[in-house]
Amino acid sequence: MSPASAMQLAVALPVAASVPIVLTGRSPNLRELVTLVTAAVVLGLVGSTVPDVLAGERPELTLLQLLPGLSLTFRLEPLGMIFALVASFLWLVTSIYSIGYMRGHHEQNQTRFYACFALAIASALGVAFAGNMLTLFVAYELLSLSTYPLVTHAGTDEAKRAGRLYLGILMGTSIGFMLLAVMWTWHITGSLDFREGGLLAGQIEGPAAAALLALYVFGIGKAAVMPFHRWLPAAMVAPTPVSALLHAVAVVKSGVFAILKICVYLFGLDFLTSTGASDWLLYFAGATILIGSLIAMRQDNLKARLAYSTISQLSYIVAGALLASSLATTGAAMHIAMHAFGKITLFFCAGAILVAAHKTEISQMDGLGRVMPLTFSAFFIGSLSIIGLPPTGGTWSKFYLALGSLEAGQMWILVTLMISSVLNIAYLLPIPIRAFFAVSADSESQAIKEAPLPCLIAIGASTAGCLYLFFDPSVVYELARRIAGGG
Amino acid sequence: MLSVLANDLPALQVVVPLVSAPLCLILARWPRIVWLLCLAASWTSLAIAIELLDQVLSGGTISYAMGGWAAPWGIEYRIDAVNAYVILIVTGIASVVMPYANQSVAKEIPADRVPLFYALLMLCLTGLLGMTITGDAFNVFVFLEISSLSMYGLISMGRDRRALTSAFQYLVMGTIGGTFILVGIGFLYVVTGTLNMADLAMRLPEVTQLRTLHTGFAFLVVGIGLKLAMFPLHLWLPNAYAYAPSTATAFIAATATKVAVYALLRFVFTVIGPVIAYQDLPFGEIAKVLAVLGLVTGSFVAIFQENVKRMLAYSSVAQIGYILLGIGLATVMGLTASMLHLFNHALIKGALFMAVGCLFYRTRSVRLDDLRGIGRKMPWSFGAFVIAGLSLIGVPLTAGFVSKWYLVQASLEVGQWPLAVLVLGGSLLAIIYIWRVVEIAWFGSPSTRAAEATEAPLGLLIPTWILVLANLYFGTHTGLTVGVANLAARTLAEGLR
Amino acid sequence: MRFLQLYNYEIAIFLAMVGLYIVVSSGNLVKKIAGLSMFQISVFILYISMGVVEGGTVPILIEGVQRYSNPLPHVLILTAIVVGVATTAVALSLVIRINEAYGTAEEDEIHEQDESF
Repeated sequence: MSPASAMQLAVALPVAASVPIVLTGRSPNLRELVTLVTAAVVLGLVGSTVPDVLAGERPELTLLQLLPGLSLTFRLEPLGMIFALVASFLWLVTSIYSIGYMRGHHEQNQTRFYACFALAIASALGVAFAGNMLTLFVAYELLSLSTYPLVTHAGTDEAKRAGRLYLGILMGTSIGFMLLAVMWTWHITGSLDFREGGLLAGQIEGPAAAALLALYVFGIGKAAVMPFHRWLPAAMVAPTPVSALLHAVAVVKSGVFAILKICVYLFGLDFLTSTGASDWLLYFAGATILIGSLIAMRQDNLKARLAYSTISQLSYIVAGALLASSLATTGAAMHIAMHAFGKITLFFCAGAILVAAHKTEISQMDGLGRVMPLTFSAFFIGSLSIIGLPPTGGTWSKFYLALGSLEAGQMWILVTLMISSVLNIAYLLPIPIRAFFAVSADSESQAIKEAPLPCLIAIGASTAGCLYLFFDPSVVYELARRIAGGG
Repeated sequence: MLSVLANDLPALQVVVPLVSAPLCLILARWPRIVWLLCLAASWTSLAIAIELLDQVLSGGTISYAMGGWAAPWGIEYRIDAVNAYVILIVTGIASVVMPYANQSVAKEIPADRVPLFYALLMLCLTGLLGMTITGDAFNVFVFLEISSLSMYGLISMGRDRRALTSAFQYLVMGTIGGTFILVGIGFLYVVTGTLNMADLAMRLPEVTQLRTLHTGFAFLVVGIGLKLAMFPLHLWLPNAYAYAPSTATAFIAATATKVAVYALLRFVFTVIGPVIAYQDLPFGEIAKVLAVLGLVTGSFVAIFQENVKRMLAYSSVAQIGYILLGIGLATVMGLTASMLHLFNHALIKGALFMAVGCLFYRTRSVRLDDLRGIGRKMPWSFGAFVIAGLSLIGVPLTAGFVSKWYLVQASLEVGQWPLAVLVLGGSLLAIIYIWRVVEIAWFGSPSTRAAEATEAPLGLLIPTWILVLANLYFGTHTGLTVGVANLAARTLAEGLR
Repeated sequence: MRFLQLYNYEIAIFLAMVGLYIVVSSGNLVKKIAGLSMFQISVFILYISMGVVEGGTVPILIEGVQRYSNPLPHVLILTAIVVGVATTAVALSLVIRINEAYGTAEEDEIHEQDESF
């Protein structure tokens, strides 16, 4: 199968799968079989294109001519490849996890959940494959819309409020800022194609370039750069698999992915460096890194702590993109994958704790590690990856980000990264340590067992991923290296 | 026989609905036949409209002398890309609304008045088509009053007694507007001695500096402004849309203001000429300011409405602002955006009001409070509302996105980026008022009315979904709309610069 | 003296203003309609006045007469009068229905019953 049709099929399949998912709603086993098979096939399709992309091919496919010169186009390049691989692999893992979680937690409306999930993944893959800014924008909006029912899944007042904030910020920023930026770009260049070396390079003055970039960076609310980050903690009312895959991987990563794409292919790294258009935005990214970590320290709710940690980590990638050096870009692209594996492990663990022990607050988790040793071991390894310590994949992305900030001559970003790593240790490691070594206050906890088997399988897979990426990051690295034109 | 008729297509365009109006009354005893007659009449009109557009696109402007009296003595019907396009919009909407009417009207209108309702609907269609097709200034006034008078009747047939007061309110304002137009046409006649639009356009350049001409133009703008609900002359619109029967609202909201916009375009660009309107007189600035005020206040007020139809009506005021903005920019791109939005907004509002009509069919109410939880009871009607709502917001892949795209590009093209920001700001407000309904209708615990509701009948759902799908189709296949809108804009802008 | 020569136009303007004032100020719906009619009639006078040709006579073919007044505005205004009559008729029938529904034709009292008007 040609890479172009594999790309098309990878997006079409989850959309198509939502129909049998709805139709087989009466029989949960069949429904989940459909999900799993689709996820596996999609992963296979995405994976089959890797050799072609590594060989330098850029498969392209025009779906629809919208206006003269403006079309919906897929074009696969290394950055999109990384994102698509991560999203499709973790979809499979999350699907396994969901089976255990949703049944173990007796959630309502599971059919709607699985159908929307499939649509969300299709949109995320659409973001990954986008060949021009319009396609990216369309897929981005579809992702917001398809995840809205997932955020409001519980149907409670709190979920409704969260949904309003979620859609309000994401749609508001995207239509208010990003769409304006897209139209502005079209007005300047008459094109929206992602082009190596930058579409806008040399076509726009420095201050205007800075303004346009700001419209993009703040218009992409999914990247959660402060002050447009509030939706992410709010969205934590969603069921844990949603938080895990969407709000640690697909949704937020499509945001930072879009910023990376814009910096590399719309502005061009050289152009950004020469105009300095991104310098002042770096301060926002740096501030988000630190403030996010500081707020995370104060959260007692585990998912809220992880959410603020995500906000902070996302800005690593944003900063990597804005540094506009080839090493930083490599690091940022790698961090998309590394953080995804680390954070999804942590969310899986949080969900497992909720299902098995019905606990959401960190202060209640004393001593839980002794009855749920697997879960907390995995949590520990995931934490290491987020912090960036060996033997986990997070080491490499932080290493390249640090090198990139030196290459760009922005020492203070390096310092910020170091401080943030210390803060990461401070808010993540105490959780497994307390769970293993502190003594539980109540005696009930002796009755608690590990989470259902599907959850444990998923946790095992993502933890193994964290470790594997330390010892063999070659696929991710080789792809990331090619983004900034490294052959 | 057919070839003879083929030559008289422009006349038939108006005559077919005109004749069917009295036939409705003659056949009043068989309501079903009345409906079928109207259905046939509107579909025939659509077929004629498509044929006319095709002729215009291939062979250029068509001139038809009514009754064989040559212009400028007789009344000329003159069809170019601009009005062929508007006629297509009007007949297209009529053709979709008419199948919808059958069940909706049967439920909302007392049985003995059903034939009257259809007769008025046909007269309204006649008036709107006549206004669009004619090349005679005074004829515009006559057809305008035909459509207006029938509209007053249509609105007053709403079940709520407030329909009566709304119709009266509209009648007073509409008549003042119509009379203003009459005065304006009179002034044009005084300075030129002709009523034929093409003739007027030829003779006016000789008298550009006359105060009479300027005054006449002002009267025309205010008069037409009243009919097209230009801010701040929009006060009649919210009540009229809110209390009219569902079918009437869907039809009027999608067509009446569009035709008024067409009349404005025709007078500004063809008759008076853009040089006088934009350079000697500040029409462009006035249009832009009123457009912005309309789109901001309309969107803002819409957020606070408790009646969904009223909310959509205020949104119409805002959307008219978008259309007017394109006109105010006075560039080919701006006019293209306006012409596009004329078409797209007809699709959007038609679909939205028909979807609300579906909800009303079961719940007998359009108050937000009563629609609590209706989304889960009537998923198809509600789904239609959501998709059409997204099109209203201007989400990509829907028709609304295409016109907004052009409007923003038109603003950027002339360097007026604050206008671009305002256009997108309007979209943000649209998100708020559409999503407010979505949230209440989907998450609210069902109200007593919603609890008993079941999905609307197919007779309502199919026409509604045709319009909804048209929103998606024209959002992704823009060749036809953009092509024709652009051609129409270029036709209008011939006198520009 | 020009002021006096144009007296028919001034009457038209006066009638228009009076008519509009009544529409705006009167709370009684029937009186509103009367004002509206006056407003329309003022325009009829305007049209008829502009058909006048100096030294012209009635536009009927008469032996030896060269100048006729312009008959077209008169014809136009015949149409406009029909429109005016129709409008008044519709308006009055609406008032009858309003009176049936609300038991009054006074704007204030209707407003008291329904907040919408």
